[in-house]
Amino acid sequence: MTSLLIEQILNGLQLGVMLFLMAAGLTLVFGVMGLINLAHGSLFMVGAFAAAFVANQTGSYLLALIASACAAALAGVLVELVVIRRLYQRDHLDQVLATFALILIFSEGTRMVFGSFPLYLNIPEILSGPISLPFGIEYSLFRLVLIAIGLIIAFGLYLLITRTRIGIQIQAGESDREMISALGVNISFLYTLVFAMGAGLAGLAGALVGTLQSVEVGMGEPVLITAFVVIVVGGIGSIQGALVGAILIGLVQTLGAYLLPIWSTALFGSQDVGSILSSMIIYILMALVLLIRPKGLMGGAT
Amino acid sequence: MMSERNLTLVVWLTLMVFAVVANMIGEAYWVTLATRAAIFALAGVGLNLALGNGGMISFGHAAYFGIGGYVVGILATHAQNYMPIYDGWVLIAGTQQMLITWPLAIIIGGLAALLVGSLCLRTDGAYFIMITLAFGQMFYYFAISWSAYGGEDGMSIYVRGGFPGLNTLAPLPFFLLSFALLTLGLLVVRTLNKSPFGLALNAVRFSPARVETVGISSKRLKLIAFVISGMITALAGALFADLNRYVSPAMFSWTISGEIMIFVILGGVARLIGPVLGAIVFVALEETLGGLSEFWHIYLGILLLVIVLFAKGGIAGVLIKKKGATNV
Repeated sequence: MTSLLIEQILNGLQLGVMLFLMAAGLTLVFGVMGLINLAHGSLFMVGAFAAAFVANQTGSYLLALIASACAAALAGVLVELVVIRRLYQRDHLDQVLATFALILIFSEGTRMVFGSFPLYLNIPEILSGPISLPFGIEYSLFRLVLIAIGLIIAFGLYLLITRTRIGIQIQAGESDREMISALGVNISFLYTLVFAMGAGLAGLAGALVGTLQSVEVGMGEPVLITAFVVIVVGGIGSIQGALVGAILIGLVQTLGAYLLPIWSTALFGSQDVGSILSSMIIYILMALVLLIRPKGLMGGAT
Repeated sequence: MMSERNLTLVVWLTLMVFAVVANMIGEAYWVTLATRAAIFALAGVGLNLALGNGGMISFGHAAYFGIGGYVVGILATHAQNYMPIYDGWVLIAGTQQMLITWPLAIIIGGLAALLVGSLCLRTDGAYFIMITLAFGQMFYYFAISWSAYGGEDGMSIYVRGGFPGLNTLAPLPFFLLSFALLTLGLLVVRTLNKSPFGLALNAVRFSPARVETVGISSKRLKLIAFVISGMITALAGALFADLNRYVSPAMFSWTISGEIMIFVILGGVARLIGPVLGAIVFVALEETLGGLSEFWHIYLGILLLVIVLFAKGGIAGVLIKKKGATNV
């Protein structure tokens, strides 16, 4: 029981860091450019397909991961230059509609190229199989590596934003757009860069999650919507909020799916109530956060 | 170029004449297409009240569409197997009588909209969009995990619900019922728009602070509009269930929310007839492009992108001479 519980906690952490990779890009793009981007899930999908394609051609998982981040970043730059750039000055409705249109174009485009059948990415040999942890727990090495990658990227992002020139410019862009461009920072280059960075992270997440599940059209949107829950819970525009929200949602989702049916069976003799509740639990958590702190856990005071 | 009033009449008449003529020349499939357009239009009329008049960008209206459908599906399932829904101190049996299923769909859709709306209206802007989208997804997962009512498979309705004095199984009477409800929905929204409530609601969109200053609670106005909006969309969902004689969690999926939004945008936001025009064009595109290519959504995406970037008023905006008017 305890070892199963620890395993579920690790699974929750793993889901959490993957959600963070998605939410970080969304929240940065919103914070800096004020843009709500529904097509972020498409970039996640682009990354997964690029990885599956490269892994298939070369057999190298490392190359596949690099390709996922690069392809998604490239798609991000392209989309930013052609469409997104026109949306910064528009209202949220236009942004939602245009990026929804992009989802349709990306999804059908991918279906045209790769077909409707799911592709699979294999876990590389050295990372496959379980690893023995203390307390006699056997846990998937690959998932453990995912947690490590996620945490390293989170730390890297933190350093990038607080310690580098670009990071300071991003922070400045979040608080005062006009001032920073008046100070001679090339704001449109900064925007493209931020967008590409978020896209790259989403693409990488797509490849990593696609390895655990499958690579198919439409895989991005459920993750995108969960990432929105993360952002609402954590507080919009803040990287720390995204991290806290992502880990919290990852844990609640995974532990809820594990514990609620068990409790429900103990209480009512059937797991139905538990499974229904577990499918809704992160949204219930979001509702609670909205009731108590409408700006999110790490958001500004209301 | 014509006035908005004339455009409204022309579009409304065209839809009805199309269905009646199609029925006369024996093209039952075209009647069904017109019914589909009328039902989508009604869903759009519902969303337009929240989105166009209330300025609330709800990306979760599939929730109410799905709820309407599930109310019909659940009642029909119980009517089909003669198992009462509840047999405690009162007996609640299933039914396929539209005069009962419609009001129930409206009430339950309205309650859900009240719940979601009162939470979502604690925030605004981008938050509002994300939260409506997220709650919509919650209903989707709820439907999937509700194994008592089909789970992922949904429910089949063996025979379409009945309406006193009409043969709803024939295409034209069912079209006329859907069309009558669409007309009623349009009249409700038109009356609301002209009422003090509608005027205040439109004012909230432009300047909430001023509305608050004269002593009107903008949040309460928006919540009422949101609930009515959910009710209308739920009624459309109920009709959609009877049209297809099948309901499934797909009715709750986020793509449906997106499509309902497309009806409104394609036609023209905050125009009375906008969603009707949008739904007709959508069904026509689905039929023609969908026949040419299985990837027709890519063209829909491009069209939507072009409209958003270059033709903000939608089709109605292009057809109507005067710009700037927001209601009839």
